[in-house]
Amino acid sequence: MSVDEKTVRRIAHLARIAVTDEEVPHLQGELNAILDFVEQLREVDVEGVEPMTSVMPMVMKKRQDAVTDGGYPEKIVANAPMSEDNFFVVPKVVE
Amino acid sequence: MNAHARPVDAKKLIKGATGDWEVIIGMEIHAQVTSRSKLFSGASTEFGGEPNDHVSLVDAAMPGMLPVINEECVKQAIRTGLGLKAQINLTSVFDRKNYFYPDLPQGYQISQYKSPIVGEGEVLVDMPDGEQISVGIERLHLEQDAGKSLHDQHPSMSYVDLNRSGVALMEIVTKPDLRSSEEAKAFMTKLRTILRYLGTCDGDMEKGSLRADVNVSVRRPGEPFGTRCEIKNVNSIRFIGQAIDYEARRQIAILEDGGTIDQETRLFDANKGETRSMRSKEEAHDYRYFPDPDLLPLTFDQAYVDELARHLPELPDEKKARFMKEYGLSAYDAGVLVAERETADFFEAVARGRDGKTAANWVINELFGRLNKEGLDITRSPVSAEQLGAIVDLLGEGVISGKIAKDLFEIVWSEGGDPRRIVEERGMKQVTDTGAIEAAVDSVIAANPDKVEQVKAKPTMLGWFVGQVMRATGGKANPQAVNDILKSKLGIAE
Repeated sequence: MSVDEKTVRRIAHLARIAVTDEEVPHLQGELNAILDFVEQLREVDVEGVEPMTSVMPMVMKKRQDAVTDGGYPEKIVANAPMSEDNFFVVPKVVE
Repeated sequence: MNAHARPVDAKKLIKGATGDWEVIIGMEIHAQVTSRSKLFSGASTEFGGEPNDHVSLVDAAMPGMLPVINEECVKQAIRTGLGLKAQINLTSVFDRKNYFYPDLPQGYQISQYKSPIVGEGEVLVDMPDGEQISVGIERLHLEQDAGKSLHDQHPSMSYVDLNRSGVALMEIVTKPDLRSSEEAKAFMTKLRTILRYLGTCDGDMEKGSLRADVNVSVRRPGEPFGTRCEIKNVNSIRFIGQAIDYEARRQIAILEDGGTIDQETRLFDANKGETRSMRSKEEAHDYRYFPDPDLLPLTFDQAYVDELARHLPELPDEKKARFMKEYGLSAYDAGVLVAERETADFFEAVARGRDGKTAANWVINELFGRLNKEGLDITRSPVSAEQLGAIVDLLGEGVISGKIAKDLFEIVWSEGGDPRRIVEERGMKQVTDTGAIEAAVDSVIAANPDKVEQVKAKPTMLGWFVGQVMRATGGKANPQAVNDILKSKLGIAE
């Protein structure tokens, strides 16, 4: 499996990463190198092997259902380029 | 599940210009999980609030913040799965669903894709005509809700409030088992009832706690499924019906004109009663799901599920069956009573130790009738279950007549008080003293010699005499006693 230039541009767009025309061939090479490595991995027979989700045998931590956070709207919007009355303000997303 | 084996039902077909069409409907329901805090953060889930007040740094997707799952949300999903008679998966996985929108600060929604917490299940739905349909559940998974964008605050800007961001949702997906808008509405009503019984979602559609995406396609009976359109975010049961009816008609018209249906997402416009195409974004469905590396698989053992199952409340289907068996109610009456848990509890409080049918009659006909008229729900009924029970008792003991019981109900409704004392104080007791009734009968007979002649030839006139005696006794005479005494005094055979 390998990607063409068009796919590289599409993936970049989906991830909202700006890519210049000069960068595309280079990225295409990098992505294809990764995919080649995955192809090699695919040759290993993993029939009957459970997918490993953690290096250490761990169980997911769970929280009790209690309100322990929030109540600081000014901190939430502090880094926003634009805010008003503790709302984030962004360019209009519908016509 | 018998999803595709459901036989064609001629009653449910829609007549087109060129023949009959069958409508195929499947639904994806988003139900907000009842919990105090969010799925992966300790911020409050309370509805409303000042902008961005119920938001933690996790919900705002600040760099370095990590999600930690709320165990209660997991339990709620399992309870719901049990209520849907569904398979509970002891291992499930959270995935990232990637897309960009201003009310989704992470740039992805944490959801479950390939391994949901709940698998296949079934909901039985009773239709008004007595038919029972089985609706297959495909899956239920846990996911995060997004924030809210306001577009009407500013001419060129949108305002974003993340209070709802990260609140736990259950997405419940049905199989394409529904065949009419009526079935879809009845299913949604039943699902809402089950969720409310379980206490896992408050079912408040006005606040958006429960909303549905409806998939609609049409086909000629017996043919493969047609191309479907998805109507997004329909937020009332009535609108679900309207949206389906409109959409089915629209698709039939296109097909009958020789056109084809484009698979697309549509919006229901409640003001116009029509669906319209949402401007489809390019690559909109390329979500590039992958397992969320911040979260381990969600695991628990069967004992954990069994423990939750043990504490599950009695569900509407079981309650209905019990009401029919224990209280001798008809399927219809039992169905009406179990539609809301509060109503069922109220009925049981009235019926316990009394005649179930009489209790059901009073709850459904008198109380519901009156509550509907005043626009009240059962929790705000001015007549308590104890008071209504006392009225039923007085009636059963023969202390008051049926007519007086209705007067008494009115008094208790508007003034309150102990029904037994009211009957005592206002002299509403039924007169069973035959001496007093005889005196009243005698005076009616004495005052109407002409009618006495007539009744001998025409025994159906007896009713007129009963009416006169009842009037003379202020409606308090026992009607059976009046009847008997009149018959013997007038010489009318049994």
